[in-house]
Amino acid sequence: MIDTRPAPSPLAAQLDHLTRLLRGNGDGQSPVGLAALCVGLVGLFSVLMPDRFPTLGTAQSMMFQLPELGLLALAMVIPLISSGLNLAIIATANQSALLMAFIMTKAIAPGSEPAIVALWIAVALAAGFVHCLVVGLATGWLVANMGVHPILVTLGTMSIIDGVSIYLTRGLVIAGFPDAFQAIGNAVILGLPLPFLIFVAVAALVAVILSRTPFGISVAMIGSNLEATRYSGVDTKRVLIGVYTMSSVLCFVAAVLMMARFNSASAGYAQSYLLVTILAAVLGGVDPNGGFGRVSGLVMALIVLQVISSGLNQLGANQHLTLAIWGLTLIGVMAIRSIATALAQRRSARGTSLSVSKSNPTPQEKT
Amino acid sequence: MPEAIRALKYSTEAWLALAILVLAVVWTIATPHFLTVPNLIDLVESYTVTAVLAMGLFVVLVSGGIDISFAATASVAQYIAALAAARWGWPPAAALGIGLAVGVLLGLINAVLIHGVKITSIIVTIATMSVYFALLMYFTGGKSIYDLPDWWSKRVTFYRTETAGGDIIRITLPLLVMVAAVVGTWALMNKTAVGRQVYAMGGNPEAARRVGIGIGRLHLFVYGFMGFMAAVAGLLQAHRVGESVPNAMVGSELNVVAAAVLGGASLTGGIGSVGGVILGILMLAIIQNGLNLIGVSPYFFQIVIGLVILVSTSATGLSNRPSRRSRRALA
Repeated sequence: MIDTRPAPSPLAAQLDHLTRLLRGNGDGQSPVGLAALCVGLVGLFSVLMPDRFPTLGTAQSMMFQLPELGLLALAMVIPLISSGLNLAIIATANQSALLMAFIMTKAIAPGSEPAIVALWIAVALAAGFVHCLVVGLATGWLVANMGVHPILVTLGTMSIIDGVSIYLTRGLVIAGFPDAFQAIGNAVILGLPLPFLIFVAVAALVAVILSRTPFGISVAMIGSNLEATRYSGVDTKRVLIGVYTMSSVLCFVAAVLMMARFNSASAGYAQSYLLVTILAAVLGGVDPNGGFGRVSGLVMALIVLQVISSGLNQLGANQHLTLAIWGLTLIGVMAIRSIATALAQRRSARGTSLSVSKSNPTPQEKT
Repeated sequence: MPEAIRALKYSTEAWLALAILVLAVVWTIATPHFLTVPNLIDLVESYTVTAVLAMGLFVVLVSGGIDISFAATASVAQYIAALAAARWGWPPAAALGIGLAVGVLLGLINAVLIHGVKITSIIVTIATMSVYFALLMYFTGGKSIYDLPDWWSKRVTFYRTETAGGDIIRITLPLLVMVAAVVGTWALMNKTAVGRQVYAMGGNPEAARRVGIGIGRLHLFVYGFMGFMAAVAGLLQAHRVGESVPNAMVGSELNVVAAAVLGGASLTGGIGSVGGVILGILMLAIIQNGLNLIGVSPYFFQIVIGLVILVSTSATGLSNRPSRRSRRALA
């Protein structure tokens, strides 16, 4: 939550406080608590299943499963930090996957030369990328120029994109891709699954863009106060278009991984992930009102969710129980955070009143 | 006349009424089946469940919050009532009563988390939606209840007549329930102190608190009311289809949000009218009905809905430019 307590008076301390907030490192937002939760969960599952849970196989299967939700959650986090929301991420990813699947299944005849196969895979990937780019630019343009809340804009684009996908495919699945393409989803490099390596690379890139570039700072500023950001000389429209384009391009990466792992594409895949991505983001300390959030917190939250999911799965619970426990985890963590923030506020309020009475109050402060 | 034009420019209701009129004329020209009493009644009846849900959501939106969990709440309330009626042999009043009570209870849980624990309403209700729905699926194993007792699944007709052409016109229970929900919500929001307090809270919660409105009690009331309406919608949906399917209603959340927002309810609270929401629903119903009648694939409907949302909200957003309220975050 936004820290509203008065900062200590020296300007340097105030600036330091501000930078910390801008980097999303405010009180109660650091991923340390989540890391502790994660360690606790791993310990719990290891005690419950000593010979099955703490194994390399479990770790590897978690690394195979995490990237899909992870990339989609990254696609949700960027708009969230800008005080928006992109409800169309799943629809965009599925449509892009369908387009790539259509090209690959139509153009590549069985038994083609490897070079031809590689060429068509490249064409398909390029088409999927351009598709997401166009969707992202269009969404961003609408959000930036229409003066409508992003929830409504993306509710509309989601409905249109899903509608077009379902209209064209009649809800059918397109399946059967070349082995070379499926390798993206199944390859293991030095014991680490390729999807996981892709996710780590993309997450690192997004983290750098959000915390170290003028664009990233502008996104957080827009999330705190759009008008103030505009008056301070930032081209907010361009930044917003960038936000939704980036979100959409991340959907492309997610689409490629999903296709490669399932060996199929459909308009109906991963629909249940839409709201879970918001849960993951908020669990990772992203402020749902915008302005604050960092990728490290999100990654920590994703690991917590994945540990819960894998552990419960090994205990024989089904996906529904997992979803329920995910929801309860979020409520619990949010409750602890808000209580901690309230306590910290009370303590700091007492502290400042004490320091004010000790120091020499200026006439203004007296009143 | 200039008065009327100015009203049109600033009122969502007027825009919607005009759009509906244009659509109705187009459909009437396109197909002779549109402007018949049985078709119009069918058209309204197919949206009764959506309308009841939208009434509950409308009150939440006016209060400055949002609820995503209502479809899950409706499913849970419906399933428990169905269990009571079909498995435990409870009498009608008791089975319906427990359904409604469960709905209110789940709504109150949302309110406690939002007000007591100070978590944003959209996050709370996304989380509780997951919890309510997932637990329902977990404990039921996704099994439907097909053998609802007759008193629940049998169609109740209050008025029945035949037209000259042999079409049958029926006024059935869902229509009456919908009218009761709409009139009740209208009276609540426009004729009672509680309704005015909900508008005040949505407009400016801090100001509302300072003039002495009990924000905590109001949260309980608003989300409890949403839960109650969700339960009514759940019971009604089972009545219409004659069975209780645990996942039948989940997935309709965003459509109801779309209907409420089309009707001018603001996501930032304090703004909106029951009439506007009803016009929004009527518009969606007329578009769907007309597309059906002229033989357009139902798959196409979703594309049209998306376009309607974009066009109508953009029109409102552009005409409200100076206020810029819509750019603010959800509270």
